[in-house]
Amino acid sequence: MPEGRGFAPQYASVQHRDEAAEIGIWVFLATELLLFGGLLFAYFVYRHANPAAFAAASRHTDIVIGTANTAILLTSSFLVACAVDALQAGARRICIMLLIGAMLLGLLFLSLKATEYAGEYHEHLVPGINFSFAPPLADGAELFFTIYFVATSIHAIHMMIGIAVLAALAIMLRRTASTRLCAALRTAALYWHFVDAIWIVLFALIYLPGRSGA
Amino acid sequence: MMGWRPPLVLVASWLGLLALLALTVTLAYLPFGSLNSTVAIVIAAIKAAIIAAFFMELWDRGPRLLIFAGAGLFWLGLLLWLGLMDFITRAPA
Repeated sequence: MPEGRGFAPQYASVQHRDEAAEIGIWVFLATELLLFGGLLFAYFVYRHANPAAFAAASRHTDIVIGTANTAILLTSSFLVACAVDALQAGARRICIMLLIGAMLLGLLFLSLKATEYAGEYHEHLVPGINFSFAPPLADGAELFFTIYFVATSIHAIHMMIGIAVLAALAIMLRRTASTRLCAALRTAALYWHFVDAIWIVLFALIYLPGRSGA
Repeated sequence: MMGWRPPLVLVASWLGLLALLALTVTLAYLPFGSLNSTVAIVIAAIKAAIIAAFFMELWDRGPRLLIFAGAGLFWLGLLLWLGLMDFITRAPA
C-alpha cells in the first residue's frame, strides 16, 4: 500500500503515526464514555428513586423498533470491521461497498428512530412539549422520558457524525488507498464501534425494564 | 482482490451479538423480579465486551493501548460506584 502523503515531522515512522492515531482516538473515546457516563448516572439515580414509574414508562417505548435498531447497528459495526480488514488486505472496492452498506444501515437506524420519536409525540410522551401519563407515576415517567430523549438524541448526533466521517473516507478511497487513509479508517471504525456499544447499553436500560410486567 | 473473505472471528462475533440480542429480549419478558435488570445489564456488558475485543481489536493489542482504553472504564466506574454508593446501600427510611 502506498505511503500517500507520508507522515508529519513529529513522527519517526508511519507506524509511529498510526500508533499515535490509535491512542488518540481511545483518549477521545474515554471522554465520550464520561459524557454518556453522566447520563447513565442520572438514569440510575432517578430509576432508584422511581422504580415503578421507570418500569411503566419503559413499557411505553417501542420494543420492536428498539430491537430492530440494535440488530441494524450491530450489523453496521460488523460491516465496518470487515471494511477495515478488506482495506488492509488490499480489497479497496470491497471496502468502499462495505462502508456504503454500513452508512445505509446507519441511515435506516436514524429513520426508524425518527419514526419512533413521531410515535412518542402522538402518544403524548414528550416532556416539555406534550406529556401526559397515568397520574400516580406521571412524575417519574416524565423523568424517564427526559433522560430517554436527551440520551437517544445525543446518540443520534454521534450516528450522524459517524455517517459523515465514513462517507468522507469512502469518497477519498475512490481513487487510491494509502497507509494514511487506512489509519484514518481504523480510527473512524473505532468511533463507530464505540457508538454501537453505547447503544447496546442504552437499549438495555431504556427498552428492556418492566417487560415482564413487574 | 476478489479473494477477500470476511474473517471468521468477525462473522462469529456478529452472529454471537445477534444471538445475545435475541436472548436478552426473550429474558426481559420472563418474570425474574429484580433479577431482570441485572440480567439485561450483564448481557449488555458481554455484548460491549465482544465489540471492544473483536470489532475494536483490543484482544491483540499491547498493554499500553489497553491502559488507554481501560482509563475511560475506570473513570466511569468511579463515577457510578462513588456516586451511587449512598443510594444503593441506604436502608429505606
